[in-house]
Amino acid sequence: MSDPILQLTNVQTHFPVHSGFIRRRRVGAVKAVDGVTLALRRGEVLGLVGESGCGKSTLARTILQLVPTTGGTVVLEGKNLTTATGTEILRARRDLQMVFQDPFASLNPRLTVGAALAEPLLVHRVCPRAEVPGRVAELMALVGLAPATMRKYPHEFSGGQRQRIAIARALALRPKVIIADEPVSALDVSIQAQILNLLASLVREMNLSLIFIAHDLSVVKHLSDRIAVMYLGKIVELGPAADVIERPLHPYTRALVSAIPVPDPDAERARQRIVLPGDPPSPINPPPGCAFHPRCPYAQEKCKTAVPPLTAADATREVACVRLGEI
Amino acid sequence: MPLLAVTDLRTSFHTRHGVVRAVDGVSFSLERGETLGLVGESGSGKSVTCLSLMGLIPQPPGRLEGGTALFDGTDLLHCPPKELRAIRGRRISMIFQDPMTSLNPYLRIGDQLIEPLLIHEKISRKDALARGQTMLEAVGIAEPARRMRQHPHEFSGGMRQRVMIAMALITRPELLIADEPTTALDVTVQAQILELIKRLQRELHMAVIFITHDLAVVAGLCDRVQVMYAGRIVETTDTRTLFRTPLHPYTRALQRSIPALQPKGGGLFTIPGLPPDLTHPPPGCAFAPRCGFATDRCRAETPVLREVAPGHAHACLRAQAGEI
Repeated sequence: MSDPILQLTNVQTHFPVHSGFIRRRRVGAVKAVDGVTLALRRGEVLGLVGESGCGKSTLARTILQLVPTTGGTVVLEGKNLTTATGTEILRARRDLQMVFQDPFASLNPRLTVGAALAEPLLVHRVCPRAEVPGRVAELMALVGLAPATMRKYPHEFSGGQRQRIAIARALALRPKVIIADEPVSALDVSIQAQILNLLASLVREMNLSLIFIAHDLSVVKHLSDRIAVMYLGKIVELGPAADVIERPLHPYTRALVSAIPVPDPDAERARQRIVLPGDPPSPINPPPGCAFHPRCPYAQEKCKTAVPPLTAADATREVACVRLGEI
Repeated sequence: MPLLAVTDLRTSFHTRHGVVRAVDGVSFSLERGETLGLVGESGSGKSVTCLSLMGLIPQPPGRLEGGTALFDGTDLLHCPPKELRAIRGRRISMIFQDPMTSLNPYLRIGDQLIEPLLIHEKISRKDALARGQTMLEAVGIAEPARRMRQHPHEFSGGMRQRVMIAMALITRPELLIADEPTTALDVTVQAQILELIKRLQRELHMAVIFITHDLAVVAGLCDRVQVMYAGRIVETTDTRTLFRTPLHPYTRALQRSIPALQPKGGGLFTIPGLPPDLTHPPPGCAFAPRCGFATDRCRAETPVLREVAPGHAHACLRAQAGEI
């Protein structure tokens, strides 16, 4: 295995919780990301899956240093971003870009599409001013938009087209790594497939490494080489995409896979679905031991005490469950 | 007699950019205890269809251009407002997509929950609160007595949707309209809510209209499915037939674009282009500009929904002619 392009080691992002109005005091912390170790290989698509509130978006923002890290390191091509200065981080963002979930919120409504795409080129001074319009036209063509629409404003585009613009903007600096945070969950089914295909072909052609965040396993399965499943700030299972979905090992992954509705009436009615009781617990007061134990059908006494580490289940798969061999 | 019979429903919106024909001649019927799925992309008219039935279309800009909707003999579209109010919330209930905005943040859950009872039934507040508590328990909320006194912000998204369901079902309606009730929720919570709707439907023997853009959700829940495109029904049949032998090219395309059904690795099947602008719908079949099978006839002649087998109707000229 070649050296990873992005290496996260024990990354923690905690947000303080304050109480009191006159005398504010710190009463605790939301452990949004709590000890994530993960390597992104060159040219790889890594799917990151979990329910809302599990910390996947915070992890993305932490990697880009949009929120301060509480602990651990984020190393991009040998450079530790957690200790880097502002200018060094700005420099690193040429190689590390993000696509956000909601294309209606992530584009400035007062900037034409051309201006939005020119902005990263101008900020990072990657080419002479005179060449900017040409580069913008190239970018638009790359994501399947007519360069002639450069002077239009975001509201003149549909959701799918706006997401193409957001992808073009992320590609403007020819980054090596892209983090896409739920890029298709705001889109209609028929448009989702168009955007997924676009991402897949861009990854192939531009030799990108991609972290693809989603709450829907069926969307990730198609695109990803490996899948990481997150629960309450921690990775609970990591392995090749097909294995994780077809042979999930962690009880939480099993429940996630079984919750996907199967688009086949007979199979859907025949199968046994694992319906998890309750909601994910609060990351302010996570349950002791394995955070999943209050909802886990296999939980035992020992699950309530020890926090299970992510351990190798076989050559390619890592799982954080103390009962791994027994269930 | 069916519980609900909708005939030629037409609803349009008069905007600055022109007249949007959001629902353009929709007819269907629903038996007691039946579950009907209404599937389509955003803007296909599935929500407007149901809001029209409930008398919830703001007028203006909306306008009911025509049609009838007979609910157990009463025309919902033309009956006096007082009569509609007696049906709505009592015999027909609705759950909306976003549980975060459908509850009043100022009121305690218990007070919101029993409001339909206080309005529609001669019942004391004390008895209503007792029924409310039983209902909360029935939708799987632990410690219902304590929860009744809490406010919406103390509930998670999944629990708020359970409260919405409890509120909709507290009057034991004969028809429940669920407008994308799980779209805003996580898959694991979606599974919980779908199981809950299925169980309560069996217990109360009510009919359900389930609006969704997700064909996969329909598979496990609905008896019959209606696919809508650009304000019209393009195909309707029982769920199994829809998945086994869909006939309309749009239904086929929709089914092929579900990621789970496609082999891994290869490119995903996509429907080219965008849904039409309903202020200027294309002539002929509205799907023709995106359809791989379209001919000149499709672009000129407007297809009508025609039954091709018992209970299976679709609106594709070429499939009706047996060409595809």
